[in-house]
Amino acid sequence: MKIRKHLPIFSLILLLMTGLTAKAQTLSGNQILEKVDENYGSDNKIMVATMVIHGRRGTREVTSKTWVKGDDQSFTEYLAPAREKGTKMLKLEDQLWMYSPSTDRTIQISGHMLRQSVMGSDLSYEDMMEDPKLQNMYNAQVAGEESYMDRPCWVLELTSIKEDIAYHSRKIWVDKERFVALKEDRFAQGGKLLKTTEVKKVEKMDNRWVPTHAVFKDVLKAGEGTEFIVESMEFNAKIPDYIFTKAALRR
Amino acid sequence: MIKFLIKGVIRDRSRSLFPVLTVTAGVFLTVVGFSWINGVQSNWVELTAKYQTGHLRVMSRAYEEEAEQSPIDLAYIGVKQLRNNLSQDYPELTWTPRIKFGGLLDIPDENGETKVQGPCTGLAVDLFSKDSPEKNILNLQDSILRGKLPEKSGEILITEEFAQRLGISMGETATLISATMYGSMAFTNFTVTGTVRFGVTAMDRSTIIADISDVQNALNMENSAGEILGFFKDNLYDNEEAQEISAHFNSRYSDPDDEFSPFMGTLLDQSGTEDYMNMIDQFGSVIIFVFLGVMSIVLWNAGLMGNLRRYGEIGVRLAIGEDKGHLYRSLITESLIIGSIGSVLGTILGLALSYYLQAKGINIAFMMKGSTLMMSDTFRADVNAVSHYIGFIPGLAATFLGSLISGLGIYKRKTSQLMKELET
Repeated sequence: MKIRKHLPIFSLILLLMTGLTAKAQTLSGNQILEKVDENYGSDNKIMVATMVIHGRRGTREVTSKTWVKGDDQSFTEYLAPAREKGTKMLKLEDQLWMYSPSTDRTIQISGHMLRQSVMGSDLSYEDMMEDPKLQNMYNAQVAGEESYMDRPCWVLELTSIKEDIAYHSRKIWVDKERFVALKEDRFAQGGKLLKTTEVKKVEKMDNRWVPTHAVFKDVLKAGEGTEFIVESMEFNAKIPDYIFTKAALRR
Repeated sequence: MIKFLIKGVIRDRSRSLFPVLTVTAGVFLTVVGFSWINGVQSNWVELTAKYQTGHLRVMSRAYEEEAEQSPIDLAYIGVKQLRNNLSQDYPELTWTPRIKFGGLLDIPDENGETKVQGPCTGLAVDLFSKDSPEKNILNLQDSILRGKLPEKSGEILITEEFAQRLGISMGETATLISATMYGSMAFTNFTVTGTVRFGVTAMDRSTIIADISDVQNALNMENSAGEILGFFKDNLYDNEEAQEISAHFNSRYSDPDDEFSPFMGTLLDQSGTEDYMNMIDQFGSVIIFVFLGVMSIVLWNAGLMGNLRRYGEIGVRLAIGEDKGHLYRSLITESLIIGSIGSVLGTILGLALSYYLQAKGINIAFMMKGSTLMMSDTFRADVNAVSHYIGFIPGLAATFLGSLISGLGIYKRKTSQLMKELET
């Protein structure tokens, strides 16, 4: 009897709760992923960054300048330390070349070499070859909501939609307001955790939120991980076309 | 009596021929099997010491844990000082640093683009110092098939098989693509001056040999090396002495709390060498035991058949008053004479084949295609002092055991029925 008496109130509360939940999750996993990609995307950009590599034997710093055009062209020149200075890397679609000034040779990096570490860091060449747009590689599902670095986040579970992919699945924590992935775990097909990323600092640049300090960790490797610090970032900069040619490697 | 028995054995061939042939065959197989296993074992120990571990090996503790993978990022820093200390503290050994590394060897075309490339295993040794023992240890001069040994910095040797696969000629440039001690990608140009063949599939597949100072420069390993190998100056491995030196060194220089402090291991401690050695020993013992068992059964059977055939003879001997114990002992003595003759013949034949296999060997390269073991492509027997008497153990023991068991039938004969048996 009592239940029947209070049924309209229960129904109202239930309706309100359902409505609130629906509002909070109005965006699907794939829509959130699209917004994350939009936030990073740009016609072109020039970035100077430093990798602080905390290896088993100590810490090293490697500084580089990267020119990026669209999603599939990038050119990187290493500026420091002296031993790496002048080493260049060119990515054109799914091909990667490396130029070594000491040998004056341009060598294509392919096959198992792509799994090698970049300058001893926790990042591999394969990581650098990835399509920057996650939505091209993964299907996303919202797995829940959590707070990370005092920021409310969606937790997305990404499952690959492509066969030939380095990480079969990922779990990312996306800032609800800024649409920036603040934390990421990358997994192998068997579910084994391979790499983690934790963003330490996010800055507003050119009216978009950019992670400027992140720590990458290859779980299978000893050491304290690699800090990736963005020193400067210029969006929609003018970049001459010759930069993205093999000839530019030797210049 | 022994003279009498020997005459019997020689004159009555139907009594001795089959047992002698059986013993000869068994002893022959035992001697050849023993010498063969001995050869495999010696060859494996020698090659493991030469190419992998030395008689003693010093590495950083962290490197030692993953030594199978030759992790140059965990190499020992401060090699010059450590080598000096080793030479002073343990002058009975020759100490030499080495770096083992992996990478790709890339051959450019006329435009500097990749023409062909292949994964390689690198061995960096001291090629140019006057007092370096490496050329002798690796037997480089005799292993050269084409070209010549490196004479100056920037020159390398590669294995003939690898050179043919890459289609490289002497004097051509090859770029080594590898990783530095700190993980960066490293590119270094070398000139190929010669090709070598070691006769070890694991080495001949895709090895390059470079001078250690070149590789230190290429892989950012200033004053560093993966390992320092120690070889006894008489080139004979003494496990007891090696264990003593290793224990002394580790108590003096190694710190369990510092993963980059040096650690010394002996040849048998490393790479599962001792386990392999024990396995080979056990395998050898099993072969001898099996021969002993099978031969005993065969000779027991031969003894039974002989006793049946000699049923009448034994009966007459018992009838004329020969003691059963005496008869039993004479049969055993007779069997020992047969065993001795068979053992001598089997040993002579076994040693003949073993010496032939020691000189010529058998090429088993076709079975070693994917092998990573430090085993020669040509297996050879190794004849040593033990080879000369090892066959006598199963030869005499089997005939003794065989007649011991079959001769028991003598005690079952009843004197009261002898005449009756003889009449039939």
